[in-house]
Amino acid sequence: MKLTWKLAASACVVAAALSGCERQEEAAAGGEVEVLHWWTSGGEAASVAELKKMLEEKGDTWKDFAVAGGGGETAMTVLKSRVVSGNPPTAAQVKGPGIQEWAREGVLANIDSVAQAGNWDGLLPGVVSSVMKYEGNYVAVPVNVHRVNWMWANPAVFEKAGASIPTTWAEFQTAADKIQKAGLIAVAHGGQPWQDSTLFESIALGVGGASWYQKAFVELDQVALNSSTMIEAFDTLRMVQKYIDKDAANRDWNLATAMVINGDAAMQFMGDWAKGEFTAAGKVPGTDYVCMPAPGTAGSFTFNIDSFIMFEQKDESAITAQAHLAEAIMDPKFQEIFNLNKGSIPVRLGMDLAKFDQCAKDSSAEFSSSSQEKKLVPSWAHEMAMPPANKGAMFDVVTAFMNTPGMSSKDAAAGMASAGKI
Amino acid sequence: MTTAANASSLDRPHKRFADYLETALPKIVLGPTLLIALIFIYGFIIWTGWLSFTESRLLPRYELTGFVQYISLFENERWWVALRNLGIFGGLFIVVCLVVGLLLAILLDQRIRAEGFLRAIYLYPMALSFIVTGTAWRWILNPGLGLQNLVRQMGFENFTFDWIVTPGMSIYTVVIAGAWQSTGFVMALFLAGLRGVDDAIIKAAQVDGASPTRIYTSIIIPSLRPVFFSALIILSHIAIKSFDLVMALTGGGPGFSSDLPATFMYTFAFNRNQIGLGAASAIIMLMTVVAIIVPLMYSETRRTHR
Amino acid sequence: MADTYQTQTAGSQWLGRAVLYALLVVFAVYYLMPLFVMVTTSVKTLDDIRAGNLIALPQEISFAAWFKAWGTACIGVECNGLKGNFLNSVSFVVPAVLISTLVGAFNGYVLTMWRFRGSDVLFTMLLLGCFIPFQVILLPMAQTLGYLGIANSIPGLIFVHVVYGLAFTTLFFRNFYVTVPSDLTKAARIDGAGFFTIFWRIILPLSPAIIVVSVIWQFTQIWNDFLFGVVFSSGDRQPITVALNNLVNTSTGVKEYNVDMSAAIIAGLPTLFVYIVAGKYFLRGLTAGAVKG
Repeated sequence: MKLTWKLAASACVVAAALSGCERQEEAAAGGEVEVLHWWTSGGEAASVAELKKMLEEKGDTWKDFAVAGGGGETAMTVLKSRVVSGNPPTAAQVKGPGIQEWAREGVLANIDSVAQAGNWDGLLPGVVSSVMKYEGNYVAVPVNVHRVNWMWANPAVFEKAGASIPTTWAEFQTAADKIQKAGLIAVAHGGQPWQDSTLFESIALGVGGASWYQKAFVELDQVALNSSTMIEAFDTLRMVQKYIDKDAANRDWNLATAMVINGDAAMQFMGDWAKGEFTAAGKVPGTDYVCMPAPGTAGSFTFNIDSFIMFEQKDESAITAQAHLAEAIMDPKFQEIFNLNKGSIPVRLGMDLAKFDQCAKDSSAEFSSSSQEKKLVPSWAHEMAMPPANKGAMFDVVTAFMNTPGMSSKDAAAGMASAGKI
Repeated sequence: MTTAANASSLDRPHKRFADYLETALPKIVLGPTLLIALIFIYGFIIWTGWLSFTESRLLPRYELTGFVQYISLFENERWWVALRNLGIFGGLFIVVCLVVGLLLAILLDQRIRAEGFLRAIYLYPMALSFIVTGTAWRWILNPGLGLQNLVRQMGFENFTFDWIVTPGMSIYTVVIAGAWQSTGFVMALFLAGLRGVDDAIIKAAQVDGASPTRIYTSIIIPSLRPVFFSALIILSHIAIKSFDLVMALTGGGPGFSSDLPATFMYTFAFNRNQIGLGAASAIIMLMTVVAIIVPLMYSETRRTHR
Repeated sequence: MADTYQTQTAGSQWLGRAVLYALLVVFAVYYLMPLFVMVTTSVKTLDDIRAGNLIALPQEISFAAWFKAWGTACIGVECNGLKGNFLNSVSFVVPAVLISTLVGAFNGYVLTMWRFRGSDVLFTMLLLGCFIPFQVILLPMAQTLGYLGIANSIPGLIFVHVVYGLAFTTLFFRNFYVTVPSDLTKAARIDGAGFFTIFWRIILPLSPAIIVVSVIWQFTQIWNDFLFGVVFSSGDRQPITVALNNLVNTSTGVKEYNVDMSAAIIAGLPTLFVYIVAGKYFLRGLTAGAVKG
């Protein structure tokens, strides 16, 4: 070990000459927060910058730790290494059952004092707060609520093809046929595993309804997973697939959205982050594009909540700064700015939505109504419903189904059942 | 040389200690490297091997549970796809690089004008990582945006080049881009080898009336044997470690049809919180490497001893 | 295009040369294609990119995207472009390359001129290290760096790159020194020259060619590395490849392809420069020994 030390030390000396061998010793007056996130661009980055400003007003320093790529997959690798090296950041963007998995490792901080002071129990819907807690204590802070089961449609394209915007999967087929005959693409889609599963998730909810969805994808019930309903859902996916263009493989979702914006395609099944693309292109909801629940899912709501987990901190100033961070995220001002930028809705109940557009207002209304009617379900394609291992295995099944023309729906359903058992 | 002699004569009073030091010095100099190899290569392999026998999920756990991970690894369809792809990719990649690399080297060795310029063109891909060139390649290979579209616009309506979006074919696009990056380096190795061939032998063959083709196939190419060896080692190392390439080009898709063991391992260990399974796949990968490389290297070191 | 070096039998010779050059040009086009796409895209305007074919020539040339990528593009909450990360990369790549090359030179020297029992086995063991997939070592390495107290720092990053570069540099130098006649060092030893004296006075002066090979190889590998950079650095110390990834792999927002491509080219410039400037020496170095195995 001695020699290794020596080598490390000499490496440090050389580095010092070149770069000033900086260590994390510059603890200023306030605390320092280091936040691992993958919101590196556009509106999202602007929102994070807002958070930074709010913390700096409280005298803390913000150390940005952004790692983009693959919907946070790279960031998770980095996070694991940081925790293993005994040097976790203040907070990290982790969501759904992942929160519980990290809490079980005993590395998360209890932020109940902040939560009590801010009356989080009163402000957050029950489905949200239960995800943020581990053994009854808050360990994470929610940022926003996305609705996943949206359909984004370009009415001009429907008009051109003489079709009407569908509300059931049967209507979808008639409309899609007309659009295809008119020489246009019916469904804009990107053939990446997470997009395949996002599409399938909306179909499954539309075909099977919320209570079956809950049983299959949240409780991972073997009977529900390997049921005739699941087979029907896969049959419907196969039908929908006919209306996707051939070049969809590995297409980014925003390029698919652009196809709807430009009038090359009629509709896309994607969460409400797609709205940002329409807004950036200067399109107005209701006239240039419409947001509707995916066929058969009106009244139901698949939610996707972004959140930050809080890691246990050693020194006092870091703990205070962490509390400031948690407060700031729940602050109505941040909730408004952030969600306006991101297309989602605030996670706090009872906020003024005057500045939000119609899609967001609809989303918010359905969020509360679906919650009362037990039609509010977590999005499994976005890691809200099951552990990553199961989710990954289900991704493999759905994506194999999409890419293997000969694979039967029955086999796919059996595959889903075994994916639920890992 | 005189200064060296002077220095040692000054050292004479300490001769015994100096002698001792002289004999031990080589080992001392090599020491840190060996220690590093021991800890950071072999230690970590053992660590990974240990984890492959555990139920580790989110973070490493150390309680042993037997062969469960290996069993579920080989029951995993995706793993078989990854293994098959490594066979296809590794084989084709190595063959294409060797053949094209040798061809380019021979062509460049014909007293070409602007040789330096052409050489730089063939060699530059080696300088760029796929983080840099991945997007460009994706566009070129994408049927709607790239080559297919271009050729169709030129009037060949039926031209089709859609491998990247076709399951089962996408692994071949990985070969195309991979070969693009590495053939230049192989070309440089062969060119260096060609320049090292003794001119006298070639002259003698020419005097004997041997045709140029004949000179290449029976004199020059056989003498490049060591170059083939070096190239083979370097190429197989690149093939087995290919990760950025697949991630940037196809993301393993469509579906998981262009997965390689390296991307499989990464996905399961880091994104799916199945560190145990990831470790098991890594161990199988390493065992494959050892089975292929050790005999190769053994013969290599043997040969240089003569 | 025909060359007139060898004019023995004009007709067929001429045809042969023409075919030869045609082949070389075809390959050159294939190799240049991605670079062509990158460069043309980087000087296009966004409207031009959206409207036209991706492989088409730009309507008008604008370097605005280059300046944006270098100085003002937003990556996370900072809008300072890539320039800071460029310097970060320089600050760890240079020491890592120098240290690994120097240690590699010493190792190669010992393994050829000062062989001892088992040194060949050790060399083979070290070579196996080239083949370890880097994804495997991320977690134990993170643990070790934390234990050494250099986790998430530039020295930590230098350390990791030196450790996993040693196998290659040792390989290069060993294969080179094998070709150096051992009489040379034997004579020096009889004259009483010591271990270091022989190295500095005799071996090192013979080595410029192989040093160039080692430096180019290591520089390319370390500069282009993404995995170690992203895992073992943090925040404002991130290397340029990580910043590039953050810039390009954005989850939402309008994709500014011209900025992405400019950033990609900027990130690749140093290695391109090294290959083009030192390419000749690289080949010379390979000729001098690395391939003789």
